[in-house]
Amino acid sequence: MIVPTLDIRDLRLGFRTYEAYVEVLHGISLNIAPGERVALVGESGSGKSVTARIVLGLLQLLRSARISGSVVFEGRDLDRLSARERQRLRGTRMTMVFQDPTSSLNPVYRIGTQFHEVLRRTEPRINEHAARERAAQMLLEVSIDDPDRVFESYPFQLSGGMNQRVMIAMALANEPALLIADEPGTALDVTVQAQTLKLMRELVEHHHTSVLFISHNLGVVREFADRVYVIYKGRIVEQGPCASVFERPGHAYTRALMAAVPRITGGGLPDIGDEPRDFSQPLVVHESGGYA
Amino acid sequence: MRRAFAILASNPLSLLGLILIGIILICAIFADFIAPFPEHRGAVVDFANFNQAPKWPHLMGTDLVGRDLFSRVIYAYRISLILGVVVLGIAVPVGVTVGLIAGYFGRYTEFALMRVTDVFLSIPPLVLAMSIMGVLEPTLINGMLAVTAMWWPWYARLVYNMTRGEKEEGYVLAAELIGASRLHVMFREVLPNCFPSIVTKMTLDLGFIILIASSLSFLGLGVQPPTPDLGSMVADGAKYLPDSWWLTIFPSLAILIAVFGFNLIGDALRELFGADQ
Amino acid sequence: MTPTILIFVRRVGISCIVLLGVSMLIFAIARVIPGDPARIALGPSATAEQVAKLRAELRLDEPITTQYGHFLSELAQGDLGISLYTNRPVVVDIAQFLPATLELIFVAGAMMIVIGLPLGIASARWRGTWIDNAIRMIALLGVSAPSFVWAVILMLLFAYFLPLFPIAGRISDTFAIEQVTGFLFLDTLIAGNLAAFGNAAWHVILPAFALALSGIGQTARLTRANMVETYDKPYVEMARSYGVPDRRIANRYAFKPSLIPSLTIIGLDFAAMLGNAFLVEAVFAWPGLSRYGVSVILRKDLDAIVGTVLIISATFLIMNLIVDVLVTIINPRIRYSRTAS
Repeated sequence: MIVPTLDIRDLRLGFRTYEAYVEVLHGISLNIAPGERVALVGESGSGKSVTARIVLGLLQLLRSARISGSVVFEGRDLDRLSARERQRLRGTRMTMVFQDPTSSLNPVYRIGTQFHEVLRRTEPRINEHAARERAAQMLLEVSIDDPDRVFESYPFQLSGGMNQRVMIAMALANEPALLIADEPGTALDVTVQAQTLKLMRELVEHHHTSVLFISHNLGVVREFADRVYVIYKGRIVEQGPCASVFERPGHAYTRALMAAVPRITGGGLPDIGDEPRDFSQPLVVHESGGYA
Repeated sequence: MRRAFAILASNPLSLLGLILIGIILICAIFADFIAPFPEHRGAVVDFANFNQAPKWPHLMGTDLVGRDLFSRVIYAYRISLILGVVVLGIAVPVGVTVGLIAGYFGRYTEFALMRVTDVFLSIPPLVLAMSIMGVLEPTLINGMLAVTAMWWPWYARLVYNMTRGEKEEGYVLAAELIGASRLHVMFREVLPNCFPSIVTKMTLDLGFIILIASSLSFLGLGVQPPTPDLGSMVADGAKYLPDSWWLTIFPSLAILIAVFGFNLIGDALRELFGADQ
Repeated sequence: MTPTILIFVRRVGISCIVLLGVSMLIFAIARVIPGDPARIALGPSATAEQVAKLRAELRLDEPITTQYGHFLSELAQGDLGISLYTNRPVVVDIAQFLPATLELIFVAGAMMIVIGLPLGIASARWRGTWIDNAIRMIALLGVSAPSFVWAVILMLLFAYFLPLFPIAGRISDTFAIEQVTGFLFLDTLIAGNLAAFGNAAWHVILPAFALALSGIGQTARLTRANMVETYDKPYVEMARSYGVPDRRIANRYAFKPSLIPSLTIIGLDFAAMLGNAFLVEAVFAWPGLSRYGVSVILRKDLDAIVGTVLIISATFLIMNLIVDVLVTIINPRIRYSRTAS
């Protein structure tokens, strides 16, 4: 049997505030096979971003967060690892691409310096020259053919699309097993976003990297993912292979989300019912051939 | 307002600030009833009790002519607070108006007004007040004048920076579009949005004015004897260190506590309003 | 690198305009003196002719604009007039007293940066913990007292009760150091006298620390505030999600962007020190500009007042220029912006 890259079971997350205990995730389960691209789709506040941050081990650092359930990454239960060991996985076995590339790169360091830092995660003693060479290769893969100019630049001197490519190159430079993409490129122009997503898709296919793709935009998900989980208010409401979910959406919330995908052809605003009662209907599972 | 007060009282640090300042205010206002020896605020001598270490009934000891230090500290608080209120009462309206005009009108007005402000701000605060004080006779009124002269530019700069930001906001453009007058836009639209920052700065400044005023009198450029003043009490006492330590330590702590109290409240307000410097 | 130079030239230009403004302001303040400076200088026993003669020498009977014109043309030749108090050129007086003050300020400034910045970083990195609370408390106490209060308290504690440091002065009398630059740290080294150097360093610690305390508090508070803000920025989360260790994030990735606003305030704190040095010098009998400044102010010694304030302001403007240059160096956004504004 194949060991899944990521296996989340019954994950719950709550925050203890002064007044009360607020639960944000009510037991979600999700898995990603090696090389598989899985999307987690939902509106803002549905719990998709916190899920990503638990996988990365970032939320575990917050004292107010209460987490239960299991997150197994490459066969290792994250809960049993120390904070130190989880930190060692970040940037090496799992990496992340963010929503706004320009503000996610440090404004006062050159790209070259930041890339060097990323490469040092797997190879702490790598020198500047070797780092440059490796980074230049990666930049070529994301179709940046003048790496030297980019290395000498600060993020604000490059376009958003350029920064996004740099981020993708950084994310894949250490050959991670899992790439988490949190609404990648939402801050970019639609055309630029589409271009970089296509590029990212080719690259992860080439490197055989698993992807957890977080988005609110089903249109983008359809282009990118193999399998999709729909999350609504901290619960998975529908899951299955992309094709099947898009063809036969079983859950009322999924249908509402699909109606909300903007279409260039126009036709006015989609008609989403004001009646969210339907959204609390039980989980809809599309059988996927073989792996579950 | 009441909500703000409740929030301040719920945080231990700002509560401490409120308590400290509350006590100081009560002492200053009701000095005549609280001070054990109210007549010692003036030129009284009591050589039978001179230079005594703290012991009942002289909580903080007595000075070189036998006056009760505790009473003098309380009266010094009263004078410092009056000075602070008067300085802010003049400096804030002046500074705010200059800042608003410079920020809103821009161009040459801005250049002229802000360069004048820069001139004031490029003389180290204490030095400016010192030179004004040196030129004038050292009285309370002149002290207020000197401190005011160094204080208004800070409000001008604060409000100027905020006005430049607010000017581009939608609500200002909207008001301009419907034909509101410049005066209206400046004072009724822009100014209210600066209030939280101004109030926060005023709270912090009450402490700092006490600090600066005491520094002036410490150098002999402030209120003259026999008027009680924390700064000159420290200066006079410092000559008798370390034996008559109470002469310096208690007035020093009095300054520290007052400024600390205002800072605690000011910090809490800043956090509450999310206002930046 | 051209934009940097352009910005620098522009700043120098503005500083010069401001300095001219300062000279006008201080000149105006000095001339509204009630009472006759000539009479005060000569004392009550002087005859009316003597007073009239001095008034003429000081050009006190001419209109203020003419007086200012003369002042400017003399200033251009490096002449700030004669002090009525010491009977020497003001320039000579200032040259004698300024180095001691500057030495004190530089040591205090170094303390402010070396102690204040790390405190602020630690406070932000461990925000919400007892470390943070303790540092915030210390920093707030630091800014809550004028430096003469700290000077008195430190002196009482560490010079009298625990005699670790000398009570007053710049250097022990046993050392005779030839004055070359006026900076004792340099002069002792020029003389090759390491014992004297150590002695001077030992003397400067307490007054410099008293002077630095409010700056330390201010720097720590500001650095913390800026860093806490930076910690919420996406690029810090990015560094975290790449497993960059906390320590490296604090000291590098969150610190450098936060330093830019802190630096400006550090510059202002240097300015405040130029004034506060007067207070500390008075407590520790530090032979700097303070006693001279206070004396000339009390004696209404016109030229000396104007000269002293002008030199202090010039020093302040130069320090601010240095800060501006530093900010430009660490902030690439300014360095590479085409519109150097």
